[in-house]
Amino acid sequence: MQPMTSHKEGWSSRLGVILAVSGSAVGLGNFLRFPGQAAQYGGGAFMIAYFVSLVIIGLPICWAEWTMGRYAGQKGFHSAAGAFHVCLKHRLAKYFGVIGVTVPVVIYMYYVVIESWCLGYAVNFLFGNIDFAAPADASAFFGAFIGISADGSAWGLGLDHVGGFLIAVFVLNFVLIYRGVSKGIEWFCTYAMPALVVLALIILIRVMTLGTPDPAIPDNNVNSGLGFMWNPVKVMLSERTADGQWVDVRELLGTAALSQAQTSAAANPDTVRVRSVGVLEQLRKPQLWLAAAGQIFFSLSVGFGVILTYASYLSKRDDVVLSGLSATSANEFCEVGLGGLITLPAGVAFLGVAGVVGQGTFGLGFNVLPMVFSQMPFGAVFGFLFFFLLFLAAVTSSLSMLQPGIAFVEEVLHIGRKQSVAMLGLITAGGSGFVVYFSKDLKALDTLDFWVGTFLIFLLASAQILAFSWGMGVDRGLNEARVGSAIAIPRIFRPIMLWICPLFLLSVFLLWVVENLFGFNLAGGPPEMSSYIRDLIVEPNPVAWFSVTLVVVFGLFSGLLIARASAYKPKNEKDGFQ
Amino acid sequence: MTLGGWLVMVLSVSGVTILFGWCIYKVLTLPDETKKLHGFENNPPDSE
Repeated sequence: MQPMTSHKEGWSSRLGVILAVSGSAVGLGNFLRFPGQAAQYGGGAFMIAYFVSLVIIGLPICWAEWTMGRYAGQKGFHSAAGAFHVCLKHRLAKYFGVIGVTVPVVIYMYYVVIESWCLGYAVNFLFGNIDFAAPADASAFFGAFIGISADGSAWGLGLDHVGGFLIAVFVLNFVLIYRGVSKGIEWFCTYAMPALVVLALIILIRVMTLGTPDPAIPDNNVNSGLGFMWNPVKVMLSERTADGQWVDVRELLGTAALSQAQTSAAANPDTVRVRSVGVLEQLRKPQLWLAAAGQIFFSLSVGFGVILTYASYLSKRDDVVLSGLSATSANEFCEVGLGGLITLPAGVAFLGVAGVVGQGTFGLGFNVLPMVFSQMPFGAVFGFLFFFLLFLAAVTSSLSMLQPGIAFVEEVLHIGRKQSVAMLGLITAGGSGFVVYFSKDLKALDTLDFWVGTFLIFLLASAQILAFSWGMGVDRGLNEARVGSAIAIPRIFRPIMLWICPLFLLSVFLLWVVENLFGFNLAGGPPEMSSYIRDLIVEPNPVAWFSVTLVVVFGLFSGLLIARASAYKPKNEKDGFQ
Repeated sequence: MTLGGWLVMVLSVSGVTILFGWCIYKVLTLPDETKKLHGFENNPPDSE
């Protein structure tokens, strides 16, 4: 096998590649998704499952990706197709690369739209256009901004529409990617990542000093917000339903709420009660493990195919073990140490637990927090800083999603960077245009996120850890990782990578399929068909069908390119595959 | 926030912060780490 790209790219320093991989991992999920998940699934109990998942899923797949990527890079391959091709040495292995290209490129198509929301909110805070008096105002602004009411309504070039911001972030991404791995991605991440941490620290200090913003509502304070996020034992208000079942209604935080609930329970012991839910009771719930593993998985960007490509630009003697651990720890610092202390405490301090509970990632980020900043002294400044922070985090992630596509196109078509950037620019512009046009109920974005951003990522991550541990062979893989490494991978990771990680990943994937595809309610309620399945089969939705067709066509096109590419054909007898 | 909440928060936040700090220290103090970060004007290894 020969090096297949006509030009050579590379990182200029170890710190640079670590910042780039950290930048790929640190995104909206760290500041918006993680706090919501942790609070919803039990705070302290969630953190136990979260750190267990980090050790048995996050780190093993991360090290496997770094090692396979560097190994493939030495053979002249920089795409997922090339990595599977050289690591597995089987004529069909390269076709796993279809997922490795589809995942980052299709995610880029909708992620860049969300990125433009962040920039739009930052600019609107800067110009004083966001100053909401009630949560309904925040919701109405967000709905109009992203065009949730009707298809085609998001497109527009004013400050109150997405269109102009989308063009701006698209241009920024492609200018940086055109400049190359070192001069574009590494250069931007070298400045953006430290800036992101500094911005987060400024906002963190502001949030931690909020105290009790409204003395008339003493339960709404930072302390209650931290308790909502981190308390391991939850105190719940339960009510008995008409059929005699006890149902947890809400979590009780703050002395006033607790005292009021206890009084109510004492007065109505047959219908109302206050109960504590301990750590062990929470850890027995499969949804908690599913949520914790999913958060680790998506937060670290393992299974995206990005690390395979980034690591392929390392040289043979460059460390991968410390670099992988460093990028992981940077992501965890941003997620647990910054995201875990900012979002929910700020929301609860101003809006109370009722104002933030049950809000998804977008609800928390684009409804709750703008409302919080509107009520905060100098809120326009802090609102701008926060959304600019999210924007920086998003750019460092979206950049990483383009490079696997660029590497793939260069590898299979033998074209230079100008042509590959132009080709990928056209494809992703079409995809992003599709997402931003079909904005009603965010149907296109939501469908792509489900099938590509969740389902295919599970498949790719499973393929990667199996390729490393069973395809390459875990001992050969660990020996390869050891070359040039600054620290050693502990021996305990051999059985983890060989058995525990694949089995845990498979279990989590099966739970996910049972709950999200077949509609079984793991909490014990009646089963309900997944809306994603319903959109395709029971009540066919044209936008959902277009979205899935887009993914399938892109995958088939990639597969065709792989099949025709001379890069993956054995050059001599020695390279002959099974 | 309860005492348990404080414990979970302090252990989690300090744990990831110490790990992150240690990693950065190791990366920056490795003998073969060649720090050659650059701006637009410099000549990086990307080349056609």
